Amino acid sequence: MGGQNSVANAVPILALDKISKRFGAIVIAEAIDLELGEGEALGIIGPNGAGKTTLFGIISGTLSPDSGRVLYAGADITAMPPARRCAMGIGRSFQIPLPFGGMSVFENLVVASAFGGGRHERDAYQSCMDILERCALADKANRQASSLTLLDRKRLELARALATDPAVLLLDEVAGGLTERECQALIELIRDVRKSGVSIIWIEHVVHALIASIDRLVVLHNGGFIAEGDPATVLRSPQVAEIYLGIEADA
Amino acid sequence: MSAKTSAGKGVRVAFGSRWSHVGTALCAVSLIALAAAPFWGGRDDLQLLSEIYAYVALASLWNLLAGYAGLVSVGQQAYVGLGAYILFALAILGGVSPLWAIPLSGVISAAIAIPVAALVFRLRGHYFAIGTWIVAEVFRLLASQVSLLGGGSGTSLLAAVVIGMAPTRQLRDFLLYWIALALVVVVLATIVLLLRSRYGLALKAIRDSELAATCNGIDVRRTKVLVYIVTAFGTAMVGALIFLQKLRVSPDAAFSVNDWTAFVIFITVIGGIGRIEGPIIGTIVFFVLRQTLADLGTIYLMMLGLVAILVMLTTPKGLWGLLVERFGWQVFPLERKVVFEERSAARE
Ligand SMILES: Nc1ncnc2c1ncn2[C@@H]1O[C@H](COP(=O)(O)OP(=O)(O)OP(=O)(O)O)[C@@H](O)[C@H]1O
Ligand SMILES: [Mg+2]
Repeated sequence: MGGQNSVANAVPILALDKISKRFGAIVIAEAIDLELGEGEALGIIGPNGAGKTTLFGIISGTLSPDSGRVLYAGADITAMPPARRCAMGIGRSFQIPLPFGGMSVFENLVVASAFGGGRHERDAYQSCMDILERCALADKANRQASSLTLLDRKRLELARALATDPAVLLLDEVAGGLTERECQALIELIRDVRKSGVSIIWIEHVVHALIASIDRLVVLHNGGFIAEGDPATVLRSPQVAEIYLGIEADA
Repeated sequence: MSAKTSAGKGVRVAFGSRWSHVGTALCAVSLIALAAAPFWGGRDDLQLLSEIYAYVALASLWNLLAGYAGLVSVGQQAYVGLGAYILFALAILGGVSPLWAIPLSGVISAAIAIPVAALVFRLRGHYFAIGTWIVAEVFRLLASQVSLLGGGSGTSLLAAVVIGMAPTRQLRDFLLYWIALALVVVVLATIVLLLRSRYGLALKAIRDSELAATCNGIDVRRTKVLVYIVTAFGTAMVGALIFLQKLRVSPDAAFSVNDWTAFVIFITVIGGIGRIEGPIIGTIVFFVLRQTLADLGTIYLMMLGLVAILVMLTTPKGLWGLLVERFGWQVFPLERKVVFEERSAARE
């Protein structure tokens, strides 16, 4: 792991600049700064309702911040609509799966690849099947997406986001409900994705899968990042133990 | 249509199911029989068939708009009337051949649909529906102000223009019949090709989840506007042809919400909204009801309402939806199926 130092001076592939967001009285973010280096994998944890998914909404463009800027490779994309952000390279999986239920699993990927990935349909077929293979969905390629189990719907979220050919991949709780073996397969898949040069932000409650895959961890709580840095160190920090794990810190 | 396969670098993808060959054969045979109608049918038959084609085309277009793009318009009579009035204007005032005026009225109406889209797409949900209806009413009022085309009472095509199409009445009947058949074939083929293309996938994606669609690179608004304009283009051509066959146009007939929207929605809903075959089967049911019950006057309309309510309560996916669920029938297969080489290519 590491690789942080080698990109420290380069323009971050994605950055949040003083982002603030609230829903009525609920403060999600207060002047948050965040940088994601090219090729970096960043983990986000935080208690339920902290606003992690909301941050993904702001990055992918489905929600607009109250103030602050979103930068992609140095360019301000705060006002850019989600479809263009996706075509530009921001791929997102949804915590609550949103499959295109009336289409086959394969078609779910083809449409993502054709529009998000900007490919000709025919050229997309092979890579879509490869992705389905890697996400353990190949044998369900012709199934109607609405007939999938929750677990397979989550797999489809990941597969469809990969089909958009992202440079930045936003993963929102994709490991929940997996068996230990499936979890290992997921960790390997994410390692492969990283090797192909994709930068990742991963929100995950399954902490052991997360720390096996990331370079850096941030903790979102009360509208700000209360801890940030090396995953193991952050997890051992007393603030985190207190608010996130709800246990006393005894290192 | 045929089960076409395409080799995408190793992965084979096919459109179709067991039934698609049956569907293709059926389509081909009925098309030949219908094209030969002038030789086996009388003048009344040709007129009835032309009317059926017009309704299949109008309902298929409305189905594309509402069933696939989720744009529930109750104002498509705006484009039926627009197409009709543009044809009469071109033929009477511009001296254009009525046959050429049909595609021209489609193009001009599509151009007019662009600013209209900019207006009605500001409205959401029910307001969109109401907005489309208001636009149609405005068009109707504008048409009744055009004194050169007879104002509120409308106008007829000049005899010279009519004779210019074809020298005898019989030839004109044949000509207009074949144009009506060609138009419905073109409309259906265009819709099938559109839905089979990547834009068809985008439409279905939007229908299933706008949020996921937009986060997967699909420009939801642009796609919907595109469908709206394509639909306006087709609807206007059908409208132009309908009134060319009548040889007479008036604002109330051309912009009738009853004839061009209420019946069309009835047809689509009972046939099966969101399915290509739905409007075809719906039109057949509609005409069977009309031919058998039309003498009953008001009761006929009440029967239509009753049938619509019964179908909606018992089979919300429409009659064709019922057949698809029962037997897996598909005349126009739209789904891409991955063909697995080594394993048995089981359906599902
Ligand atoms: N569109 C919205 N309007 C109003 N409140 C919202 C909206 N979306 C989210 N919230 C609220 O904002 C807070 C943060 O929600 P969010 O889903 O971002 O949290 P999260 O950190 O992803 O939580 P979890 O770990 O449960 O997924 C919650 O209290 C939620 O109820
Ligand atoms: Mg969340």
